[in-house]
Amino acid sequence: MLNCKQAAALMSQEMDKELGMMQKMNLRVHLMMCSGCRNFGKQMEFLRQGCRKFIQQDS
Amino acid sequence: MLNPDGSIDELASLRRDMLKFARLQLRDDASAEDAVQEAFAAALSGQKQFNNRAQPKTWVFAILKNKIVDIIRERVRSPSTAIAVDEIPEDAYDDLFNEKGFWQDDTRPSSWGDPESSFSSRQFWRVFEICLARLPENTARVFMMREMLGFETEEICKELAISPTNCWVVLHRARMRLRLCLDEQWFNSENRDAEL
Repeated sequence: MLNCKQAAALMSQEMDKELGMMQKMNLRVHLMMCSGCRNFGKQMEFLRQGCRKFIQQDS
Repeated sequence: MLNPDGSIDELASLRRDMLKFARLQLRDDASAEDAVQEAFAAALSGQKQFNNRAQPKTWVFAILKNKIVDIIRERVRSPSTAIAVDEIPEDAYDDLFNEKGFWQDDTRPSSWGDPESSFSSRQFWRVFEICLARLPENTARVFMMREMLGFETEEICKELAISPTNCWVVLHRARMRLRLCLDEQWFNSENRDAEL
């Protein structure tokens, strides 16, 4: 069973490379039960989106 | 001259945005000025193209990104460049988790609601910039190479001569810090409530 610290690390890693099958499965199981990590995952995506928009924004 | 429909103001603001971006990336005013200058010169030499572009800003930024990449490459070749993988220490985020590695009650990530709605807020982008600027220098460089200049992780390792594991560790710690910063300074802050 993954804990949140490991799940967060995997979600960050997933932004850079494809996870292994077991890693993906373990992560999915953890996310089903953990709203904090689900939020964390969404926030990782948001950071990426924000960085892309950062240089396009009209400020 | 550059933009027949635009005003001097528009150019000045474009220049300001470019400088801001270059400074965040290079952490050195003189290099940032040079990069922006060269990007403008390159844009001017292709002025016809420039005028015909629907998105001149995107185009000039693409040129600027290439200049910045050149400067980073140059720096890495010079032996003085220090790539500190330990800028953010390994235990920096230990407090977020309990002894079993689960989120503490008060650190468990809460929903940011509809975070994309913040993209239209100037204040949000100021906070975003401050949070980026707070990343340690080399950490910021690795992170921005990945997320803003669009390098693959393998390329960053190669360019900066660091191991893939270290590269990934730096990226992870940068994301953790940026997430916390946005969480504290915007999504759970009065700044946001005042704006939205």
